[in-house]
Amino acid sequence: MTAAIIAGILVTALNAYVLLGGADFGGGVWDLLARGPRKAAQRDLVAHAIGPVWEANHVWLILAIVLLFTCFPPAFARLAVTLNLPLTGVLVGIVLRGSAFAFRGYGGDRDVVQRRWGRVFAIASLVTPMLLGMAVGAIATGNLGEGGSGKGEGFYGDYVATWLTPFAGAVGLFTLACFALLAAVYLTLEAKDESLREDFRARALGAGLAVFVTAGLALWLAGQGAPLMREGLMRSRWALPFQIATGLAAVVALTALWWRRYAVARVAAAAQISLILWGWAASQFPYVVPPDLTIAVAAAPGATLRLVTIALAAGAVVLIPSLAYLFRVFKGSDQPSGSAISRR
Amino acid sequence: MSDLFAARFQMGMSLAFHIVFAVIGIAMPVLMVVAERHWHRTRDPVFLDLAKRWARGTAILFAVGAVSGTVLSFELGLLWPGFMRFAGPIIGMPFSLEGFAFFTEAIFLGVYLYGWERVSARAHRFAGVMVAVSGALSGVFVVIANAWMNAPAGFDLVNGQAVNVRPLAAMANAATLPQVIHMTLAAYAATGFAVAGIHAWLMLRGRSAAFHRHALTIALLVGAPAAILQPLAGHYAAGHVARHQPAKLAAMEALFETKAGAPITLGGWPDMDARRTRFGIEVPYVLSLLAYSDPGATVRGLDSVPRSEWPNVPLVHWSFQLMVGLGTYMALVGVWAMWLVRKQCELSSRRRFLAAIAIATPMGFLATEAGWMVTELGRQPWVIYGVMRTADAVTPMPGQLFRTGLFALVYVFLAVVVTVLLSRQIVRSPMYTGEFPAPAP
Repeated sequence: MTAAIIAGILVTALNAYVLLGGADFGGGVWDLLARGPRKAAQRDLVAHAIGPVWEANHVWLILAIVLLFTCFPPAFARLAVTLNLPLTGVLVGIVLRGSAFAFRGYGGDRDVVQRRWGRVFAIASLVTPMLLGMAVGAIATGNLGEGGSGKGEGFYGDYVATWLTPFAGAVGLFTLACFALLAAVYLTLEAKDESLREDFRARALGAGLAVFVTAGLALWLAGQGAPLMREGLMRSRWALPFQIATGLAAVVALTALWWRRYAVARVAAAAQISLILWGWAASQFPYVVPPDLTIAVAAAPGATLRLVTIALAAGAVVLIPSLAYLFRVFKGSDQPSGSAISRR
Repeated sequence: MSDLFAARFQMGMSLAFHIVFAVIGIAMPVLMVVAERHWHRTRDPVFLDLAKRWARGTAILFAVGAVSGTVLSFELGLLWPGFMRFAGPIIGMPFSLEGFAFFTEAIFLGVYLYGWERVSARAHRFAGVMVAVSGALSGVFVVIANAWMNAPAGFDLVNGQAVNVRPLAAMANAATLPQVIHMTLAAYAATGFAVAGIHAWLMLRGRSAAFHRHALTIALLVGAPAAILQPLAGHYAAGHVARHQPAKLAAMEALFETKAGAPITLGGWPDMDARRTRFGIEVPYVLSLLAYSDPGATVRGLDSVPRSEWPNVPLVHWSFQLMVGLGTYMALVGVWAMWLVRKQCELSSRRRFLAAIAIATPMGFLATEAGWMVTELGRQPWVIYGVMRTADAVTPMPGQLFRTGLFALVYVFLAVVVTVLLSRQIVRSPMYTGEFPAPAP
């Protein structure tokens, strides 16, 4: 029971990472795709929006990893072995992206410096979510048996074939589209300038369409790629209401964007992406890593789980007010205009 | 190069890279908080300028430290899945707490850096204090996890499996206190001396602005007391090693034979095949005295453990000597500094003192790196001392050499960029001497 609760908290941490850190990645996508007469203004807006919160946003991933290795150590060890290559790619992406962002902020105003770091930041923002999505796709396929020692199919079979599949690729693209959607929707609210807001409205609508297309592609490929997940998503008792809720959120998000009700769009888009994540988690319940590591099998001893639960509760008492404060200071409605980064 | 060696090299490289930023992340916030406090008290804008410059430096280094720390949290599994499968439930606890401490640090650093005009002065100072406290705590938690690898506790070993896991007992292992004290002091000493050294160097080059004088004083007030206390903390830590990890102590001191009235050996070339140390200067009885407070005490040499359980003796010995040498120099300079500060001397006119500080700029970091070499290499061949061998923890995935090369490139790249950026921030410091407008945020 405690293990299932912690698994729920782990998904919650991932959810926060997707909504906050994911939007930062999405911001990088729009940085890369910035064009038109307001190209520079678009990039400034992205940097301004991410600046004060991005460090905190990315700690959610560390929290999820730590919970995984503390509470489900065999699952962590399994993923670390079988998904070694994509996770290494994610790491390089995170390193380059994080430091490029800081270096661009502090590297001086020379155009060439800004452009070079901007390029690194944007490309890393593109590749990292793609690989993260592929890793998730590989987990969903249920192919991650005892890696390395298990199937003995050589390097390619053990360490590459599991995640380099059309299905995992589709999940990667889908992840990227989701992050881009979140970022564009958030940025409509961050923009102070009407035409800039219109730019991001158009981008959000485009990203919404991309989410729809890539989701369809992933579901279609899941027939062969991840029958387990498809089964879970299609047949379970909870599946239908879940699907309806997700679809509803998606429709509300796009409609609200169309009618320029940005605050509604933000809530709906966040709900849509969260429901998708929980749908994935629920579809493979009770497995942490299918086909064999269930929550019960992978769970750490009870003493550890109980202490972690206490630590999580105590940590939440410190963290939640602090986070609320951070977001109130920087994301509240009474922000002075002008970018902290560009003035430095 | 074997996959095991490549994996060890890669882990060592990642840790060696990260520790620099971790140390700065622990101590730098203290400096900026002190500077800000001076500004509130005196309203002398030079302190505000200092606080802002130091905050910007901290931001660059924190960003890099955050990503290299993320890399490490993954690498624990990517390189050592066997270790994590076994140790995760036992020492996951300090890592979880570290996650929270780091989270708090990130949040309040955001408030501190971007909130100069958004929050009240009091809230801003509070944010700074929170960054400093949570930075120190996150360091403490990580060191606790490492201490457990040296003195595993909080579980029973039955047929190679850990049962009856007690995470709190694991955190309260025998090595925790000595290691935590030693490392926390190291962070303040290394950072304080590095910052003081940079400003001393600039003053020697003729910039005696108030800016550098104040920066030097604040940095020394943080670094010097830590450097003075460090030999005591080191002595305490070594006493623990002597009792619990005899092979590590023997390697540190290049002591091949178990001896009563054992000497310390200065320098020398430990020959693991001949089982003796050539060309060293032996000072009799001192090791027994230091380790057991008794000049006649028997100290276990490397002959008391099987050859297969020896660490790399020359590397551990030289790293240890380097650490002790640098630490001694810093402690002596620290005493000098405190004496001058107490006599309220004008530091900028003491050229010999400034030179002594300037020379010490990299020393704290070198000593920290050397100290980690001692504790990590000295624990080999064990990853969990006496429980699990490093060779049994490594990932089965071949081709680690490639990964090692990849990360080496990434780290070199980051190091170069950080150096360039920091030198822009710090070395191009103001030339002004007296009146000047308050700096723009």
